[in-house]
Amino acid sequence: MCTYSTEKIEVTRSSGKGPGPMVDAAGSVSTGWFPLRTATVYYDHPVHAPDEHTVNIDFLAPDRGPGARLAVELSLDTAKELIAALQATVERAAYH
Amino acid sequence: MAYDAVLAETVNIHGHGGDLIEAYTARPMAPGPRGGVIVIHHMPGYDRESKEVVRRFGVLGYNAICVNLYSREAPGAAPDDAAATARALGGVPDERFVGDARGAADWLRALPTSNGRVGTIGYCSGGRQAFLSSVEVDVQAAVDCYGAFVVGTPPEGFPLQVSPLTDRVPEVAAPVLGLFGNDDSYPSPAQVDELEKLLQENGKVYEFHRYDGAGHAFFSVDRPSYRPEAAKDGWGRVEAFFGEHL
Repeated sequence: MCTYSTEKIEVTRSSGKGPGPMVDAAGSVSTGWFPLRTATVYYDHPVHAPDEHTVNIDFLAPDRGPGARLAVELSLDTAKELIAALQATVERAAYH
Repeated sequence: MAYDAVLAETVNIHGHGGDLIEAYTARPMAPGPRGGVIVIHHMPGYDRESKEVVRRFGVLGYNAICVNLYSREAPGAAPDDAAATARALGGVPDERFVGDARGAADWLRALPTSNGRVGTIGYCSGGRQAFLSSVEVDVQAAVDCYGAFVVGTPPEGFPLQVSPLTDRVPEVAAPVLGLFGNDDSYPSPAQVDELEKLLQENGKVYEFHRYDGAGHAFFSVDRPSYRPEAAKDGWGRVEAFFGEHL
């Protein structure tokens, strides 16, 4: 199954860390952190995880090129646990 | 001893709108003339295994080429990053794919070893594009490996730029070989049956093979979906089909 089914959200006031630190041609050192712009979420074939299908999330910053990407490929069980953890954390944030 | 050598390299070709786009090609070093094969990569992109398939067609005696359909969104990017970028942008528009495939066909026919005949083969999203090429591109054979949404409507709110090709079936102008896994959901066995019925009703030349115990992407040797028996039989069908038509 290649679902093609993709959810996409805008990401605001959020950052991610990719490969780094790196030194560019001008000699400046990047910490690897960059602002995130979009996230796509889809259930499809993974590139690396050892299942036929995984829940995949790509956090992207198109203004910084295709390489500015934080990618995860999660087993269905892990994705469910992550949803619960996010839900609990977001609810708890209301009391901070 | 037979001379057995293939030249494999990256080239730039003119695609849709005259854009210069990246492609990977493999050509036998022996004299021609011979047919050409356009390999259409799967949705995960112009990756190492797609290039391996191009080399295999070179070894089989064809001039083969695979266009990087994500050349514009993500030039020079790693294949998985390019695929992620293309997915976020809604995939490859049909019109642009057709322009790129016509560019690849022109490039193959301009080779001094060309016999003027060109076939397409595509996997996953490329399967649908291979089917589309049998309508829109001057090809003599098209192989659809488990392409979804040739028939069947994408779900509501679907962000990718694909629509069914049902109404284009009367325009199919090349023989079609279809290879499908019975455990696949996109396309489902019912959708494969529907497509076969449409081809039959329109008097098209086609050949479909369905494999039990195989789902989507059974040709993908580097993925858990690989099914050696289906893939081995499928390769045999492809070789016979191109052997007859190219």
